[in-house]
Amino acid sequence: MRRTDKGKTTNRTDKKTEYSETVSSESEIQVAEATPSEIAADVNININGKNVKAKSGMTVLEAARSADIFIPALCYHEELSSYGACRLCMVEIVSGRRSRLVASCLYPVEEGLEVQTESERVVKHRKVILELILTRWPWVDKNLLERYDVQESRFVENTNFCILCGLCVRYCNEVKKANVLGYIGRGTERQIVIYAEEALKVCPTCDGGAMGCRSVCPTGIIPNEFAQTGPRFGKKVPLAYPARAYEENNVRDVLYMVGDWRMPWVQKSHTERK
Amino acid sequence: MPRLKSAADLEKLRQEILSRINGKRIISVTNGTDGRTRGSKEVVQALIQEIESQGLKEKVQLRSTGCHGFCETEPAALIFPEEICYVGLKPEDVPEIVSETLSEGKVIERLLYQYPATGQNIAKESEIPFYQPQSRIVLGNNRFVDMESIEDYIALGGYSALAKVLSEMSSEEVIDIVRGSNLRGRGGAGFTAGVKWDTTHNAPGDEKYVIVNADEGDPGAYMDRSLLEGNPHSVLEGLIIGAYAIGSHQGYVYVRQEYPLAVENVSIALKQMREYGLVGENILGSGFDFNITVHRGAGAFVSGESSALMASIEGRVGEPRPKYIRTAVSGIREKPSNLNNVETWANVPLILNKGDDWFSKIGTEGSKGTKIFSLVGKVNNTGLVEVPMGMTLREIIYKIGGGIPGGKKFKAVQTGGPSGGVIPESLLDLHVDFDELSRAGSMMGSGGMIVMDEDTCMVDVAKYFVDFLCFESCGKCIPCREGLYQMRVILNRICQGEGMEVDIELLTVLGEMMRECSLCALGQTASNPVLSSIKYFRDEYEAHIAEKRCPACVCKPLTTYYIDPEKCMACMICLRSCPVEAISGGKGEMHVINQEKCTKCGTCFEMCPDRFSAVVKISGREAPAPLKTPAG
Repeated sequence: MRRTDKGKTTNRTDKKTEYSETVSSESEIQVAEATPSEIAADVNININGKNVKAKSGMTVLEAARSADIFIPALCYHEELSSYGACRLCMVEIVSGRRSRLVASCLYPVEEGLEVQTESERVVKHRKVILELILTRWPWVDKNLLERYDVQESRFVENTNFCILCGLCVRYCNEVKKANVLGYIGRGTERQIVIYAEEALKVCPTCDGGAMGCRSVCPTGIIPNEFAQTGPRFGKKVPLAYPARAYEENNVRDVLYMVGDWRMPWVQKSHTERK
Repeated sequence: MPRLKSAADLEKLRQEILSRINGKRIISVTNGTDGRTRGSKEVVQALIQEIESQGLKEKVQLRSTGCHGFCETEPAALIFPEEICYVGLKPEDVPEIVSETLSEGKVIERLLYQYPATGQNIAKESEIPFYQPQSRIVLGNNRFVDMESIEDYIALGGYSALAKVLSEMSSEEVIDIVRGSNLRGRGGAGFTAGVKWDTTHNAPGDEKYVIVNADEGDPGAYMDRSLLEGNPHSVLEGLIIGAYAIGSHQGYVYVRQEYPLAVENVSIALKQMREYGLVGENILGSGFDFNITVHRGAGAFVSGESSALMASIEGRVGEPRPKYIRTAVSGIREKPSNLNNVETWANVPLILNKGDDWFSKIGTEGSKGTKIFSLVGKVNNTGLVEVPMGMTLREIIYKIGGGIPGGKKFKAVQTGGPSGGVIPESLLDLHVDFDELSRAGSMMGSGGMIVMDEDTCMVDVAKYFVDFLCFESCGKCIPCREGLYQMRVILNRICQGEGMEVDIELLTVLGEMMRECSLCALGQTASNPVLSSIKYFRDEYEAHIAEKRCPACVCKPLTTYYIDPEKCMACMICLRSCPVEAISGGKGEMHVINQEKCTKCGTCFEMCPDRFSAVVKISGREAPAPLKTPAG
């Protein structure tokens, strides 16, 4: 059920009036509501040879976690809508004639579905994805790396700490409904931005100043003071300013001005690295 | 113009238009975007004035049409009923055309297309070798309709399919015919249109949408633009038929802002349709209501992906979402939405008019009908080519395209744009259809076909497409964003001569991971140019990495320019044009390139007269030492 984006559905209600000219209002109500029996129905699926009972509307990841089966995921959070960006949670499913890889955080369970969470194909690709994440963020969980036998990345370093999992953006938009964070740029230039004017108003009050987005960030790169006071390094302050460290100089600036890290070891490792 | 209230009204109007143009001589001048870049606007302007001043206004009808296909000969004019084709027109030619051909029917020899192989002048368009092997069932209508005239389209039998559908057929019958024709989506993936329509038709809910995808972004592909510019009504008629079959009352035309003429012509077409009662409420008195909105895309390649396109229509960022629930069930505003490509929609009225049997007779077992390709690159005849599915690449490139210019050797053809792959010479006899192309590691894509000759470096080509995608990917998922970034780094270092032995393996590992793990079709196919070039041209990658040699002498860091002392005539041309004064020598004195100064800009290579060809490119070895020490 988390598949539907709660934040957006509320926004859409006022949008609908624009289009209602062509559509009768009765039809909308029919579409919007699912029958209660559908939600409660039990679905039997098979994960790694183990029978798992799931509820219709659940995703494969939710079903697996409910049965204590481990699937790694970086951009997934129970309280937020699924995003499907980190692709670590890819699993192999056998559906009909062929097997394919799907993102388990988004794929809905269906009766008789066969899932392999650690098949050879999955592990092979998961390893490459982990290596790619390592190029951006050098301090990926050691247990995870060991599990998939990744010692070091074969690819060039592209360090900027943020892995663009989008958890902070979704937290800000969906839980806090503040819409302070967003994305800017496209492709390899994509970044997280903070809307400075809004941030100045919202961030200092958010979670009593503790900032909820920091609690969901897997990399710990959201600086505390930074977001509370708004961007202040650099002489010119553009309206939309990257909230994350995005290049070597900027990283140093951010680390320099930030005293309070949620994960002290991040700072430690960084000084060691220097 | 009173609104058309029934199919009979439409037929009456058609007869009236036909009687009006009966006996007139008609001149169709190509005036699409490609023609306009070559000055067709001035030609059309001159024709209007000249026809007026020679008093032929009653006897001649001028049509300013979209591209006819053979873009490089534009501005071209086609004169009916004789079917005389003039090419490469200039405003100065116009008075003669009007006085000789339009009023007397005489042929002006010097304006005809000259076939380079025989030097013969060809008068009739259908006899031009470029057009001869084609079957232009969709694009061919561009010749008969003025871009801004609904009357021309109706005279051609336009909207008769719509009238038939609305008055005689149920939506299930329409879907059955489209499914029976086995029409596959022309946008790239080749999903059967009838099945998609059926899914949307059967999806729960009354609010459904139909969409024309005209967000054509492949480098070197422009058939959707030409169709939408030249014959927008055919696309819109298809859309309304689809809407009726699916049960939708709102349609969108998602067209790139970069196609201003297409946007303009579609908007004009919609205005006319509203006047004639072909869109809006109670279309042709059938009780069926349907509205169309033109939505201009803001220039993102990824917005051509269906779920990204729908997000863009909703007003959100054009980013794909996973399609485990198809857009046919949950698309725009989570309502069932059916999206098809421009070309797919343009095929629909034809199928309804001529029947699914007629359509499924054209093409191959798995792919029916014709496909428009944009044949570009190192080929003699460039332009839009519409051929039945199953024609071999050799026929397309050599028969229609006229082979490779300059007597060069063919190396590869890239199909499907950045999502497609390269196809080597050994596969030239491949029958082009959806399945064969994907079996060869490429794909149909929207129909781009870039021909490459021996002077093309395949690593460089792969690098070009990866660069393009690095910028055009949305950047949401890690495989696509980080995978492309790393691919670009690796390809760059190979082209710089710093490639490592593991690089080919790394590219393969990345490519395979992207193919299976990326979120949308852009990422899943993004590695195709790299993987297919490794598959067929592995030796070139190896030459770059192991020998530091670029076989085609394209990669600048691996190439040196050298003046062959045996051929150099000491003419001073290259010496004078060198921007960094790296060439020494003098009048009558051998020219020598100072390799330390040389910036490898290639100017000397371009400037050296063809009859000498003294400047050569060398890769993989040092330039030979000069014969004697140059003075100074």
